[in-house]
Amino acid sequence: MIPALLFMLGIGAVCGIVLSLSSKVFYVYEDPRISQVENNLAGANCGGCGYAGCSAAADAIVSGKEMPSLCVINSKEGTQAVAKIMGINAGSAESPMSYNMCEGGLRADNKYHYMGISSCKAMSLVFGGKRVCGVGCIGLGDCVKACQFNAVHLGSNGYPVVDDDQCVGCGACQKACPKEIIEVKTLSEKLMKFNQVNDPLAPCAQTCPAEINIPRYINQLREGKYKEAVQTIRMRNPLPLACGRVCPHPCEDQCRRGVEDEPVSINQLKRFVADYEMNTGSRIPITCAPDTGKKIAVIGGGPAGLSCAFFLRRIGHQVNIFEAMPKLGGMLRYGIPEYRLPKKVLEWDIQGILDLGIKAFTHLNFGVDFGLGSLMASGYEAVFLGVGAWEDYSLGIDGEDLNGCFTGINFLQRISSGEKIKLGRTAAVVGGGNTAVDCARTLLRLGLDKVYIVYRRTRKEMPANEVEIVASEEEGIHFVFLAAPTRVVGDADKKCTQLEYLQMQLGEPDASGRRRPEPIEGSETLLDVDMVISAIGQSPDASFKKHDPHARMTQLELTRWNTIDNDPAILQSSIPYIFTGGDAATGPALVVDAIGSGRRAARSIDCFLKGEPVEPVKDSLQEKRIEESIFTSVDGVKQIQRAKMPELHVNQRLNSMVEVDLVLPKDSAHKEAERCLNCCRICYNPDSDFPISK
Amino acid sequence: MGDLFVLAISCIFINNILLAQFLGNCPFLGTSKKMETAIGMAMAVIFVLVMAGLITWIVDIYLLKALNVEYLRTVSFILVIASLVQFVEMFLKKSIPGLYAGLGIFLPLITTNCAVMGVCLINIKEDYTFLQTAVSSFAYAVGFGLALILFAGVRERIDIARVPKCLQDTSIGLVTAGIIALTFMSFKGMV
Repeated sequence: MIPALLFMLGIGAVCGIVLSLSSKVFYVYEDPRISQVENNLAGANCGGCGYAGCSAAADAIVSGKEMPSLCVINSKEGTQAVAKIMGINAGSAESPMSYNMCEGGLRADNKYHYMGISSCKAMSLVFGGKRVCGVGCIGLGDCVKACQFNAVHLGSNGYPVVDDDQCVGCGACQKACPKEIIEVKTLSEKLMKFNQVNDPLAPCAQTCPAEINIPRYINQLREGKYKEAVQTIRMRNPLPLACGRVCPHPCEDQCRRGVEDEPVSINQLKRFVADYEMNTGSRIPITCAPDTGKKIAVIGGGPAGLSCAFFLRRIGHQVNIFEAMPKLGGMLRYGIPEYRLPKKVLEWDIQGILDLGIKAFTHLNFGVDFGLGSLMASGYEAVFLGVGAWEDYSLGIDGEDLNGCFTGINFLQRISSGEKIKLGRTAAVVGGGNTAVDCARTLLRLGLDKVYIVYRRTRKEMPANEVEIVASEEEGIHFVFLAAPTRVVGDADKKCTQLEYLQMQLGEPDASGRRRPEPIEGSETLLDVDMVISAIGQSPDASFKKHDPHARMTQLELTRWNTIDNDPAILQSSIPYIFTGGDAATGPALVVDAIGSGRRAARSIDCFLKGEPVEPVKDSLQEKRIEESIFTSVDGVKQIQRAKMPELHVNQRLNSMVEVDLVLPKDSAHKEAERCLNCCRICYNPDSDFPISK
Repeated sequence: MGDLFVLAISCIFINNILLAQFLGNCPFLGTSKKMETAIGMAMAVIFVLVMAGLITWIVDIYLLKALNVEYLRTVSFILVIASLVQFVEMFLKKSIPGLYAGLGIFLPLITTNCAVMGVCLINIKEDYTFLQTAVSSFAYAVGFGLALILFAGVRERIDIARVPKCLQDTSIGLVTAGIIALTFMSFKGMV
């Protein structure tokens, strides 16, 4: 007994002394987080994570190779504790979630009859799977099997559905999927996702300049999940109320239903869910990624600036907006009249963006009140320049400076600001775009007797939105087509009395595909008007470049249209830390274009701030269509009438600025949503009477 | 020399530590999911087993037998092997970081591994000389690695096969291990 005890004590002491000495001699500094993380893992050394033992797993987590949720048998608390330890690292505390792009599953045709083992991985080895769709879900549920948390199940359409409450973002499903259909992404990654060539995208979603997932939100509307629908829209568009009213919806032109029937009234449905949120009076919470501590200045509070600020804020950056006008909103507020977009509605959209913690400074003119130098001195690390296009082109004819002559945007902006302008009785608005139509309809509401729109081509060539033209016809605006103004005639008091124009005829098509108007000699005609508004287009006001004394400013390159020169894929200007978008970069374009470019600029700014190379999105779809998704005929579609937009009767609308277009009632919105074929790249659901064959 | 070769062959194939003696089943199932992990584990086992076999042989001859306390063999071996592995881990981390990066993460796993312990006890039981101990330890470890890598290869294939739910993962792994063990039985009688 005694010898045994002595022996064990002795051997123990020797081992202990040797080990304690060697721990001093062989000391190597190790990240203390490794042992902290290891303490919060399950400790079973089971190897389920693919690493040999828990200390190896802890090492991989701390070195950033794996997510805190690596341990497959860890409790939720354990995973959270690990995440918290790792949270000290800026940017890595954001928990990823599994996300599925494909909504197709069983809807696509089969190329062959598959009798092999039930595994997506195995089937994808044979011609990439049996489905005709090259990118879509195979539907054998490898992701379901891979998930250790029961967070993925196959939905009725045969594609995986992720339960966000169960998902810990371990990435097992993504690794198991041979098709890149199910992806584990953080919120920031989802917000900064751009359409790519191999994405499962419906034609409408490819067309939308903001890249909104249209089929998804229509589907959510159909299921009565209005809140989710608004959230889907807000992933891409921070101004759903404004866009739901003023967007000319290029998406509807590509609607697959539109091949055989009238297209789905997509924008009305967007407005329906957006209005639903506003009418409930409570805001749906918008989630943001953890703070990164980077500060960005957004110059210009229009749709491009607001969109850029919104997305930068949501991915965790600190954003301040600088606006020259008294209030935010840009062209939405000052260029679009009250009867199309009520200020109250716009205010709700903007307040929602500011509530994320974005500060706005108004009455500050870039280049005059502050400049590039002061921004850099205040610690801003990047600048988004979204100053819009506010400078009206002049007609370049005699008499343009007479009393009673105005320019389009300037006029609209002064009216919107509540300025009292001395008006006449009759007016001629020159131009065929939306600004011209807006001016004309506004003038009518201000009580003028007669308003003409003078346009040098015909109605068919008018660039204004069709609905706007129809509405102005209804309201009694007179159109003078094929007319090119040549002179404004004034009286002795320098007051405008007449507009002289030359009649035109259409010749050969020009570069834009529209037939070029040619003047008819000696056809001068006089139009009796006491006001002339020229609304023939705008360009950005680049005077800030001249005013800003900062030496760097001279390097900012402009195009010959006075827009800020940039690389359209990344929106970086000639000064690396200045990014630009919206009208300031493209010249006058759609609100939804500005919103899309704001998000694209946000992505580039994020890359820039992280020190990564600012490169275009790989395989970006930008402005292109996926050929196989554009059909020339569509089976299984019957004629169902498109929901008619409710609007105020002409008699009611002309003596006030009350909003003309109304929101769809609930039942028609649902009926309209039912018309959506829920398309994907090549899948779609035919109308209910047809069997699902495609 | 010929004897040593026969000893090595018998340790690797006929008396394979995993598939004939069924020692060290936990790492056999735990680290055989991926080929990469299995190879790392096999290397670590070779490294540790040779060292452990030699040091326990020394402990046995010069301490246990000399002091006449052979009944403390198991408990003192556990202590010695555990300390040895810890020591080696620290040593590698400081002196040969490259090797540590490859093997280090597997070392703590082997600390109290029954395969290591088993081989050390077999060496003593068979009354091997120092040289024989070195050869047998190395050969057993190679046998362990061989079985582990074979098994990892099989399991990677099984992963994409259609397996009834009740048999998935470890269950089918054990069944497979049994079948591989049967095939190893055919080596009996070779020597």
